[in-house]
Amino acid sequence: MTKTPRPAVVLLGAQRFDPSLGAAVSELGVTGRIATITAGWQEREPEDEELSAHLGGRTVNLRLHARGDELFREDPALRDAHRERQASLRHRQDFYRIRLEHELEADRMIRGRAAPPEILAEQVQASLDGIRELDQWHLRLCARIRTEFEARWDLANRPSVVRHRRELAEVLAGCDAVAIAGGHVATLVNRLVLFGVAELVQHHTVFAWSAGAMAISDRVVLFHDSPPQGPGASEILDAGLGLIPGVVVLPEPERRLHLDRKDRVQRLVRRFEPATCLALPARSRITWRDGVFSSAHDVLQLRPSGRALPFGVRPRRVSWS
Amino acid sequence: MTARLAIHKLIDGRLDAARVQAFLNGRKFPIVEGTSVTFVWVGHADNVQLRHWIYGLESSNALVRVAGTDLWYLTLEIPHNSRVEYKYEIHRGGHSGWIEDPLNPNRARDPFGANSVLQSEGYEDPTWTNPDPVTRPGVLEPFVFDSNALGRRTGQLYLPARFRRSRQYPLLVVHDGSDYLKYAGMKTVLDNLIHRLEIPDMIVAFTDSPDRLQEYANDERHARYLTEELVPDLAKRFPLYDQAQARCIMGASFGAVAAMSTAYRFPGFWGRLLVQSGSFAFTDIGKRNRRGPLFDRVVEFVNQYRAQPRAVSERVFVSCGVYESLIYENRSMVPLLSATGMEVRFVEARDGHNWENWRDRLREGMSWLMPGPLMFIYE
Repeated sequence: MTKTPRPAVVLLGAQRFDPSLGAAVSELGVTGRIATITAGWQEREPEDEELSAHLGGRTVNLRLHARGDELFREDPALRDAHRERQASLRHRQDFYRIRLEHELEADRMIRGRAAPPEILAEQVQASLDGIRELDQWHLRLCARIRTEFEARWDLANRPSVVRHRRELAEVLAGCDAVAIAGGHVATLVNRLVLFGVAELVQHHTVFAWSAGAMAISDRVVLFHDSPPQGPGASEILDAGLGLIPGVVVLPEPERRLHLDRKDRVQRLVRRFEPATCLALPARSRITWRDGVFSSAHDVLQLRPSGRALPFGVRPRRVSWS
Repeated sequence: MTARLAIHKLIDGRLDAARVQAFLNGRKFPIVEGTSVTFVWVGHADNVQLRHWIYGLESSNALVRVAGTDLWYLTLEIPHNSRVEYKYEIHRGGHSGWIEDPLNPNRARDPFGANSVLQSEGYEDPTWTNPDPVTRPGVLEPFVFDSNALGRRTGQLYLPARFRRSRQYPLLVVHDGSDYLKYAGMKTVLDNLIHRLEIPDMIVAFTDSPDRLQEYANDERHARYLTEELVPDLAKRFPLYDQAQARCIMGASFGAVAAMSTAYRFPGFWGRLLVQSGSFAFTDIGKRNRRGPLFDRVVEFVNQYRAQPRAVSERVFVSCGVYESLIYENRSMVPLLSATGMEVRFVEARDGHNWENWRDRLREGMSWLMPGPLMFIYE
């Protein structure tokens, strides 16, 4: 039996002003109902009138944030356990960040040292390997905590959870596509995972922007080159849904990334190799289908050279002759 | 070649009332030309002195009268990015008085009144200190608390915009709360930084003391009041995170000593500590300190801490103005704090011992101690 290929996944830049979602929906010929997920907006989840109007009113909001609250009210034992797990993840994130900052500081110091080029290259590589190893370690730790939680609380068979998942499956059966909005990426990932959305949308075209696009990748990277507290350090938050593997999604590059800083771009790319680092400015979009990207509009790919080039543009080879 | 200063161009030419008036018209005072700053006062006097609070410069500097006019001036070299509070001391007919600079509308207020403010080249009022029409404001509610340790206490509680009982919040306790609100514009700062996602939604207890010099100088009752009475009461009434990382205590000057000594008495309880221009006076030998008896108990505490430093919190933000006499004490504290294993960040500014200096450091301090959801929200 051949496996049905997964329908397209479209990643988009911020949609808050001048949205491009409608154009992406038209391009893929989606004419039926569209399930929306605005859980990243947290308590503002129901304020989706503009989104619905932009999609011609043919939307149904899956209310994942409100459902989460309802579920926890119905099942206080699960709520307490979930809260405890979140506190535990926050602790781990804090410790990971401490280690990461020291690794990055060591890397910065090593790069600033005068040494024979071959020794410097070797040591810079060692720094990078250390950072990558730390990232992987943290990612594995988060995955283990989540897996243990799900197994311990048997989410797949827990009646309170199963009831919501069944309701969601029924709603989704009447929809051709799912649109996942941005917002708070940790909240969004939590709700998507809690309700098993990855499984539920296997046969749906997915449109996802900003935090939504990050949440459906296989690794959520938090980033900001100039936060108020000082030099920013990108950090792994957790695994995402993994609908598009091997991609690091970087929305809002206009205000979060110094794309003119080749050294920073280069370090980011090399840190997450072999994943493809995609910067998604406002109005940008790109379609993923069967493991191949197409239909890129204004998406930038961060390159190992330290440059951010329009996706699909081959880096020019420099000739020294 | 150095450009001639405006005041010199005036003096070198023919002087009459019209030229002096033309010099004054449309000009900003003090006159900032690179690092040269010319203070100007116009009027009848026997003597005019610039009074400022820059530690390291003479606290009183005479202005020079331009012959044949009522115009007085003084040019000083002030580094870029400086903020200097000052007044003029006018001597006339055997009397003297301190006044704000009538040619400079820029004022900073404090519990003692107001000072004129010089902003040297490069200094700008941070945008996040001004009310922003798109920011949703939080609310302030007065509170009264009957403390077993200290008797009746008053203060104000800040609840963030969109406060919800279904959520959990970190807690910040502020010493000299009313002054932080009034003179450092701290409600506006909180509203803006929360709106910009740079700090989390938080509950803030602005506390006051009727006898701060006593209670803030390492008073066991004060530490007990905050840690064992106020916080548990707030935790009963509001959804607070029950984690040290989500509890911050802060203060400036003696308030910083109170924050530090409270954390010291309850190590591990206050996971975040923000101390601004702390009055961390100490002696290396003997107990006498140059600051007088008010500091005796502070000196005792700081000497004790210096002898046996220990981690009292997880993360400490220390700031101080380089134009304060306390810069020495604060710089001395930093390596001690760091050596205990606490994460310490120290920030200096070209400013003095005043509320706007403390205001200007709030963003960096609070966002480092308690980062907001900026890294998490991608709209």
